[in-house]
Amino acid sequence: MAETQKLINIEIKDLLEKVGEFHSSGYRLAQIGCSKTDALEINYSFDKDYSFVNLRIVISSIDIEIPSVSHIYWSAFLYENEISDLYGIKIKNMAIDYKGNFYRTTVKFPFNPPKDTQAAERGIAP
Amino acid sequence: MIKRTIIPFGPQHPVLPEPIHLDLVLEDEIVVEAVPSIGFIHRGLEKLVEKKDFIDFVYVAERICGICSFIHGLTYCMAVEEIMKIKVPERAEYLRTIWSELSRLHSHLLWMGLMADSFGFESLFMHTWRMREKILDIIEDTTGGRVIFASAKVGGVRRDIDNAALKIIWTNLESYRKELKEITDVFIKDSSVQHRLAGVGVLKKEDAYELGAVGPTLRASGWARDTRKLGYAAYKNIDIEPVTETAGDSYARCVVRIKELFQSIDIIRQAVAKIPYGPVEIRVTGVPDGEYFARAEQPRGEVIYYAKANGTRFLQRLRVRTPTFANIPSLVKMLPGSSLADVPVLVLTIDPCISCAER
Amino acid sequence: MAKTVIKSLFKKPATVKYPFGPKILPKGARGSISIDIAKCIFCGMCQRKCPTAALIVNKEEKTWNIARLRCITCGYCVEICPKKCLQMNNQYTEPMLTRREDLYKNA
Repeated sequence: MAETQKLINIEIKDLLEKVGEFHSSGYRLAQIGCSKTDALEINYSFDKDYSFVNLRIVISSIDIEIPSVSHIYWSAFLYENEISDLYGIKIKNMAIDYKGNFYRTTVKFPFNPPKDTQAAERGIAP
Repeated sequence: MIKRTIIPFGPQHPVLPEPIHLDLVLEDEIVVEAVPSIGFIHRGLEKLVEKKDFIDFVYVAERICGICSFIHGLTYCMAVEEIMKIKVPERAEYLRTIWSELSRLHSHLLWMGLMADSFGFESLFMHTWRMREKILDIIEDTTGGRVIFASAKVGGVRRDIDNAALKIIWTNLESYRKELKEITDVFIKDSSVQHRLAGVGVLKKEDAYELGAVGPTLRASGWARDTRKLGYAAYKNIDIEPVTETAGDSYARCVVRIKELFQSIDIIRQAVAKIPYGPVEIRVTGVPDGEYFARAEQPRGEVIYYAKANGTRFLQRLRVRTPTFANIPSLVKMLPGSSLADVPVLVLTIDPCISCAER
Repeated sequence: MAKTVIKSLFKKPATVKYPFGPKILPKGARGSISIDIAKCIFCGMCQRKCPTAALIVNKEEKTWNIARLRCITCGYCVEICPKKCLQMNNQYTEPMLTRREDLYKNA
């Protein structure tokens, strides 16, 4: 039942080139997601004929800017606005830029709170 | 130079089941541009996974959406089972398939009723929902709840359906098929329905693939892509052909969903015929450590669950990419060129489930 | 469509005339939780398993408290109870105007 899913780690500077390669070979963009461990990992998932490939870039803090892929895949603007609203990642040249108003939450960047509030949430000493 | 006006559509609108906002730029009643705006029912469920035990989280995952709730729970369980390398017993796989297809029947019937309501055909709406009640009765008999099934769990399913109940499902669905054909014939052949749906909101074949559309929205434009062919649950033992149409307009999307209704009835009857005897669950011990992307076919398209675990009882990250989120760009590209009166019909043809789209 | 509409003029309505007619629920419906308090040993397993924290069990005072509006009738407590004193009934709790909590005491 498990399909084989490939994961390729790349650098930020290769991102646009690799995504362009996938686009010209006929892959469709399945999702862009972000997860937070010690650093921030951003996954770009592509699918073609039921095979699943992921590209992953790792950035150490939200001050690093990432180029947007929405000029290659137009539908990426939704995913990029979502991760920039929830995590505070700066992405430049999005096709439609909501400038932080995509999800209007009371707390800015709710999934990536600064370190002292995280400790207070968990009830442990910072 | 024709003057442009901006009309806000939503978030409250009689035709929408859930709130979504579109800013429509109009030139004399023809839509020129549309800008979507979502986020009205963002509940932050992905953050809740850090606080709830990974076994208890099935309840939260089921409640992401009311219409596709079982398949959300199922995909979450599949993601965790794959990380922990648990093999679910055969009978549980078949039961999960039967409930998924019942879920699909119920969702498509709900959508058809809302579609009839959106162009004012109230009596057809009521008859379609009367047919849906019979499916909800089967679901309530077998799982205990009409909409939230509480049947999926990590390691199998929580309830069994005994052979007498399976036989009743088999015979009831055969007579159900005839009654359903009467109602779906109205959608396919009636001239007032055709007038509102044919030729409206055309999505060309290349555009549908480029914009990342999934589900019936993609299949109505000619691509035969159905995530059930991956072979999760019991689909590897059941033959499925994706249902396609080529026109790419709202009528084609309606016809694809109607054909999928009859396909689901066939799949349930095949699964009931092939279901083996055996246990329905397997004991789960230990904690997950690893990551995996689980994919399944919801009534609206392909859903992707990304789960990342780090060896504690709480998952580190759960990311849900729901099919409506992937269909919103196609909606935005379909709208220019249509008239203002067609906008509610177009918004409904992608089958928006906004509570899924913003969890 | 005309045939369906005319046929439905002569059939009885598809809905149940509730509350004037009885509401018949299937046997396995998950309606509400009830307890046989004489058998309960107040071990607290149901409180630990409840995903919504709807149950409060007090061993010294011998009370079992359920917050009706927090209960999602999932049935975890029924499965886990070692003495099998919890039961899932198929009647739903009636509508209420305040957040009612039901307290059962083994006097």
